[in-house]
Amino acid sequence: MGKTIAQKIFDEHRVGTPDTDVHVIRLDAVFCHEITTPPAIVDLERRGKDRVFDPTRIKVVIDHVSPAKDSKTALQGKILRDWARRHGIVDFFDIGANGVCHALFPEKGFVRPGYTVIMGDSHTCTHGAFGAFAAGVGTTDLEVGILKGVCAFKTPDTIRINITGNLPQGVFAKDVILSIIGRIGVDGATNKVIEFAGPVVAAMDMESRMTLCNMAVEAGGTCGICAPDRVTVDYLWPFIKDDYHSPEAALAAFNRYRPDADAAYDRTIDHDVSSLAPMVTFGFRPDNVKPVSEMTGTPVDQVYIGSCTNGRISDLRIAARVLAGKRVNDTVRAIVSPATPKVYRQALEEGLVKTFMDAGVCFTNPTCGACLGMSNGVLAGGEVCAATTNRNFNGRMGKGGMVHLMSPATAAATAIAGSIANSPLFKGKEHEII
Amino acid sequence: MKSFDGRVLFLDRSDINTDEIIPARYLTEISRDALAPCLLEDLKLKGFDPATDIAGKRVIVTRANFGCGSSREHAPWALEGNGINLVVGESFARIFRQNMFNCGMMAVELPADTIDRLFSAFAGHATTVETNVDGGTITFSADGLKEVIPFSISGFDANLVTAGGWVEYADAKF
Ligand code: SF4
Repeated sequence: MGKTIAQKIFDEHRVGTPDTDVHVIRLDAVFCHEITTPPAIVDLERRGKDRVFDPTRIKVVIDHVSPAKDSKTALQGKILRDWARRHGIVDFFDIGANGVCHALFPEKGFVRPGYTVIMGDSHTCTHGAFGAFAAGVGTTDLEVGILKGVCAFKTPDTIRINITGNLPQGVFAKDVILSIIGRIGVDGATNKVIEFAGPVVAAMDMESRMTLCNMAVEAGGTCGICAPDRVTVDYLWPFIKDDYHSPEAALAAFNRYRPDADAAYDRTIDHDVSSLAPMVTFGFRPDNVKPVSEMTGTPVDQVYIGSCTNGRISDLRIAARVLAGKRVNDTVRAIVSPATPKVYRQALEEGLVKTFMDAGVCFTNPTCGACLGMSNGVLAGGEVCAATTNRNFNGRMGKGGMVHLMSPATAAATAIAGSIANSPLFKGKEHEII
Repeated sequence: MKSFDGRVLFLDRSDINTDEIIPARYLTEISRDALAPCLLEDLKLKGFDPATDIAGKRVIVTRANFGCGSSREHAPWALEGNGINLVVGESFARIFRQNMFNCGMMAVELPADTIDRLFSAFAGHATTVETNVDGGTITFSADGLKEVIPFSISGFDANLVTAGGWVEYADAKF
């Protein structure tokens, strides 16, 4: 029987099986941010184990609240900063160089096909877009990862989702993943890896693949994975050009992380997107999804475009296209948060920042900020936000607030309308009805 | 080893996420003790009031997919800070479940019909449990009613419970 991507990666990284169904794997990278890492650092110190397994494999960023908003968040940053310095961790991204972890680290070339990655952050599944096994963990797993460079996982049973058909114009990776979560449910992939495959994925750029994999955890998935291909190689080429003679040679090397034709899947789902319309969530669970047309006219107080799901340059370009020459409705406030300094700079150079500002948008520095209701756009009780983020849990963006998840195109159109609206980029039949 | 005995808090809803267990606005706390008073503050559940319903409880019995969402280990810590070391449910989100055992706490899965029975027989009564980790039983008692429920956890998870968590165990073995 053939193997899935995750099985192949586990086979290369296994250092122990302390129990049937428990695999301790060696880690290629441990990522850290200022919310979940400081408690790990403090605990390691308390145990007299203030060590790191390999400072070159640990990548650190201050991203969730940046710049610090109060003494407590300043202390979180300080603990992380002091620790990184103490252990000679070179890849430490502080103010001026920092951005949302799951956008920043891929951009730096830190994730490669076949890698194993953990981080104390549930959306670590994003990095599976590169053909890596990347999983969110809690602080204790992170602590052991930092100390020993290993982590324990159950056997990575895999659900394969073949995304087929032709994605209609104006429908994006975010709509695809929302429709998948709506279909399989918030625990449809619990304890499972999701392999995203099929012609639609093959045609997607890396940013869209990251959007897909980012939300695997909203279906309970351990990791979302896309098989590495030429698109992966081309994205990574600036970082790997010294390791391989040519992109073809890199591709040949990465091919060993493609799934076997006869791989054993837990479940295979064919998901045809040919008639998919833009999607939006309506409740407090990411699987409460509907076509935007069924929610049109729902008033919102704030629009937020950013996060590790949709704060990359392709997302900002789409939002700017919709907002160009238009004004944000008087009844809403709109915030655009580029995910990284590189995205910020690109947005400046391409004139997107001007487009946003002309439209009346507040353009912020790169940070998680409002995505988790900690800074830069927290909601008041009873307020509603149209957001390109990944979680619509009760109170996620502020106590008593409500979030509708959607694509950047839909969010931009919503900012103009002042209520949930399809973007003119979508020419589907529902748009004609409106 | 931690204590897994005491009064039960019944939370009759599936998919209770870690934002509900401990909201993100409290993640700026470095001290684990500071989290305890904020436990379940954002839980959307009819008839549940964190101000009056949590005090004195030592065990949670709930439905499916408890602990979904954010990876924050602050969720187990907030439970632990309230003396709650055991959550019994139909199923758990992967990271939450692992975090519980990594802290030497327990997330015990029982079949849906057993959970149904526990809710219908014991919810609404002053229920207490006594857990025999080695024997693999949880005894529920209320108003003269008593039921012994068998459970199983993997040998690996049992080691984490005995060792008091994953850090010392991993440092010694790997
Ligand atoms: S952008 Fe939001 S979901 Fe992504 S890492 Fe930051 S807080 Fe988490």
